[in-house]
Amino acid sequence: MLGTILFFILAAIAVASAIGMLTSTNAVHAALFLVLNFLTVALFYLGLNAPFLAMVQVTVYAGAIMVLFLFVIMLLGAERVELTSRLRWQAPLAIVLALLLMATGTVLVLSPEVNASLGLPQPLQGTPAETGFGSPAEIGTLLFTQYLLPFQAVGVLLLVAMIGAVVLAKGSLKQIDRKDEAEIQTPTASLERS
Amino acid sequence: MNGLFSLVPLIVILPFVGVLINAFFGRRLMPRRDGVAPGVIASIFSGAAFVIALLMFIALLGHREGAEVPFLTWINIEGAGLSLNIPWTFRVDTLSSVMMLVVTGVGTLIHIYAIGYMHGDIDEQIAKRGLQGDEALDFKRRRYSRFFTYFNLFLGSMLILVTGNNYLMMFVGWELVGLCSFLLIGFWFDDPTQEAGDASTAKGWLNSNAAKKAFVVNRVGDFGMLIAIFLIFWTFGTLEFDAVFSQAEALGPAAQVALGPLTFSLGAVVTVITLFLLLGATGKSAQIPLFVWLPDAMAGPTPVSALIHAATMVTAGIYMIARSNVLYAMAPVSATVVAIIGAATAFVAATMAVAQYDIKKVLAYSTISQLGFMIAAVGLGGYIAGIFHLATHAFFKALLFLGSGSVIHGMEHGHHAVAHGAEHGEHDHDEHSHPFDPQDMRQMGGLKDRMPVTTWVYIIGALALAGIPPLAGFWSKDEILADASGTNNLVYILLTVAAFFTAFYMARQVFMVFFGKPRTEAAAHAHESPPVMTVPLVILAVLSVIGGAMNLPIEGLHFLGEWLEESILHAHIGQFEPTTALLATALAVIGIVLGWLLYGREPSEEAERDPLMAAGPVFTFLNRRWYWDEAYAAVFVKPYNRFARFLADTIDWRFWHDFVHDSIIYEAFLAWSQILSRPIDLGMIDGAVNGIAEFIGGISQRLRRAQTGYVRNYALAVLLGAVVILGYIVVRFLM
Amino acid sequence: MLNETNFLVPTSYYVILSALLFTLGVIGVLVRRNAILVFMSIELMLNSANLAFVAFARAFTDLAGQVSVFFVITVAAAEVAIGLALIVAIFRTKHSIDIDELHEMRG
Repeated sequence: MLGTILFFILAAIAVASAIGMLTSTNAVHAALFLVLNFLTVALFYLGLNAPFLAMVQVTVYAGAIMVLFLFVIMLLGAERVELTSRLRWQAPLAIVLALLLMATGTVLVLSPEVNASLGLPQPLQGTPAETGFGSPAEIGTLLFTQYLLPFQAVGVLLLVAMIGAVVLAKGSLKQIDRKDEAEIQTPTASLERS
Repeated sequence: MNGLFSLVPLIVILPFVGVLINAFFGRRLMPRRDGVAPGVIASIFSGAAFVIALLMFIALLGHREGAEVPFLTWINIEGAGLSLNIPWTFRVDTLSSVMMLVVTGVGTLIHIYAIGYMHGDIDEQIAKRGLQGDEALDFKRRRYSRFFTYFNLFLGSMLILVTGNNYLMMFVGWELVGLCSFLLIGFWFDDPTQEAGDASTAKGWLNSNAAKKAFVVNRVGDFGMLIAIFLIFWTFGTLEFDAVFSQAEALGPAAQVALGPLTFSLGAVVTVITLFLLLGATGKSAQIPLFVWLPDAMAGPTPVSALIHAATMVTAGIYMIARSNVLYAMAPVSATVVAIIGAATAFVAATMAVAQYDIKKVLAYSTISQLGFMIAAVGLGGYIAGIFHLATHAFFKALLFLGSGSVIHGMEHGHHAVAHGAEHGEHDHDEHSHPFDPQDMRQMGGLKDRMPVTTWVYIIGALALAGIPPLAGFWSKDEILADASGTNNLVYILLTVAAFFTAFYMARQVFMVFFGKPRTEAAAHAHESPPVMTVPLVILAVLSVIGGAMNLPIEGLHFLGEWLEESILHAHIGQFEPTTALLATALAVIGIVLGWLLYGREPSEEAERDPLMAAGPVFTFLNRRWYWDEAYAAVFVKPYNRFARFLADTIDWRFWHDFVHDSIIYEAFLAWSQILSRPIDLGMIDGAVNGIAEFIGGISQRLRRAQTGYVRNYALAVLLGAVVILGYIVVRFLM
Repeated sequence: MLNETNFLVPTSYYVILSALLFTLGVIGVLVRRNAILVFMSIELMLNSANLAFVAFARAFTDLAGQVSVFFVITVAAAEVAIGLALIVAIFRTKHSIDIDELHEMRG
């Protein structure tokens, strides 16, 4: 009972923060809404016997990724973006289609045939602390045995991403010089635009 | 001696080798303008042919019946009833050996003469055309070697004619000599000399027209010959002389012959055959009615006139009749026709010769007249007399022609000397009244002092022709007259009168040309010809003197007669008739005296009229050659030309070309292709193809608008796709 | 319905929530013009997928789901790094992060 109520409260917060992110005109506000959403999802993970993942979610997603977002928002001065759009029919159509997607997905999930084909899930007895399901140790074991290759691949991917990000953001030396010159001449230009 | 006979193919092969050498290498062998290699080569091969002829003569001495030497098979068609087998077999018998010797002997002498003569002739042309330096040298080399190529070709062709053993091989030679005659008459087909800027009078046109005339007129005769050959084949089933003649002799004139559905007596058929053969002979040997080409043929260079139109080609008709003596013996009607035509021609041509001014034309009509003598002889059955006269005539007529060539060259040299002198200030008396013509006897005169050798050999030739004993012409002409007197009075009278005229016109010519004072500066400055030309003249003069010894009408000295009896079945040795001989000689002397009276005693000035013009219209009639050519032109040539023009212009050009081709075929095709190209090709096919392309273009133009460039639109499209797929799955599987 | 007699919250609720969040993310990607907001919507979508993964991991008692989430998070991090670097690079030239400005490659 409690769990269900908690679920609905958290679900409402998640959806509300998502909608808030979508509709806010200020990018920083949107980012903060998204942080809230992530935290809510982390709480969901806790309820779903995934404590490790909940911590990872908070640390990486809400902690690192969103901070990065905020860095970039501040760097580019993109707090506000005008709302008038050149593609007038884009938004209504998108909303219609998304709702259709939602409806279809719901029907699929709730249909008996899909349920029947999935097979009966096994019930989990007890909390994560008792069974060890979802504990770091368990996940760690899997990562280093069964999923070793993806693990290593992802490591390489991160390396590549790092290098890529450095290269992309650095630009050419000339570009940097020119940009520096522009910055010197109009140092407050980027700030003004917000 | 049979081995010697087998050499006879060489007599034809050697001249043709000369042809090939001169044709392909002649120019290269003549590095300098005065080079003579082609002429010498041609003369060598001609001389080699003469050697072969001599060898044949020697071989025949032991085997007078002759031999047939097969060379190759030309046509061999086996038929059901009739099979045609024409081999190229050489017939060496006494008749053909006489012909061979005359042709190659006189031919070689003329070849040698031509070595020198053609140099002068070509130089004349070079001067007329104003060629210089390398151009002149190239011109000379080309023409000189070309001349001797043709000359040797003629020799080979004539030898094919006389050595064939069947009518068709003879005809091959017959046609070939006609071709060579055409080529050589029209040798200067591009002579640019013309009157007063009128290009249509260019001598080149005259020359090529003369060549054309010779060929066309000969064609008429050849037509007759072909009909005769067809009839011979149809009647006898073969064309070989021996086979035909033995069949004819065996069957006799009364035998019945089936030609198709009709039957005739052999005599009648042979009469028809021999009349058609006569037609061929009148063409080739220039008798009435087909003699008109020979005077025009004087347009060719003088050696050509000498060799072809005096000594050899024109005698082909006589040879043919002599060869066919068996057939003529079976058809006395045609024999008489032959004789009458020959005699008539002799008379008519002699009268024409009396009134001519051109030195070569006189000789041309003289030739026609003498050929008439020969034809009359063989018509009367006097084959030996005819062949005898053929041989002696070859000697002195060739001599006279070559002599006239020498005179002409002398006149041209004189003309050049005068012109050259005029440049140096000497007064030129010549060109006032009329243009210079080196062949016009009225512009000659007194040449005996300037050209002694030519003069004396010419006089010898003239006397031989006139029939003055003991020169060769007397014996041969007399034998003919003797044959005629006993056989046919009309023929005899015509021939005798012709003989009188012969003496007269020759005397006229000799006195006009060589005696008296030179009537023009050119004549005054003429000079003698070089030895390469005068030596053959002398040789021919000697032959003209002693030639009669071939067949003296004295027992035991009928060499030629006995010789020919082996080949000619119906030959008979002539008898010597003193009265005839005396009468003929007297008439000849009278003729010469008359000539001296009119032309020799008071040699006329250039401007004076010919004394004979006192005869008024008669003279004009003779001078205009009895208006024979004009008559032919009106009766045959003009209507034919009109008809040909009608066919060409109206039928061929306007109807066939303009109407059928242009209007019907061309227009229809054009219309059809218009239809195909515009509506069908452009409209439908292009429309279809372009339409497809445009359609696709239109579609893609519309589809392009999906590529807006906005990322969000693309994402929307992805979402749309996802929704569609999911919806499909839901609808399909779950509903 | 997924058999949830022994579960406090039925798995299907989580899945529906996940679908809802996903839909919201889709709308965000398609409607917003700010590039950074588009990115954030993408993160929202990834997040919703993670939620579904974890829900099913518990339902089938299979840790593979959680390991997948681990990887997804890692990849999302890498992707964010690169994406933001790209945005920065684009901003240098266009001086705007409106993605509608990037429409030159149109057909």
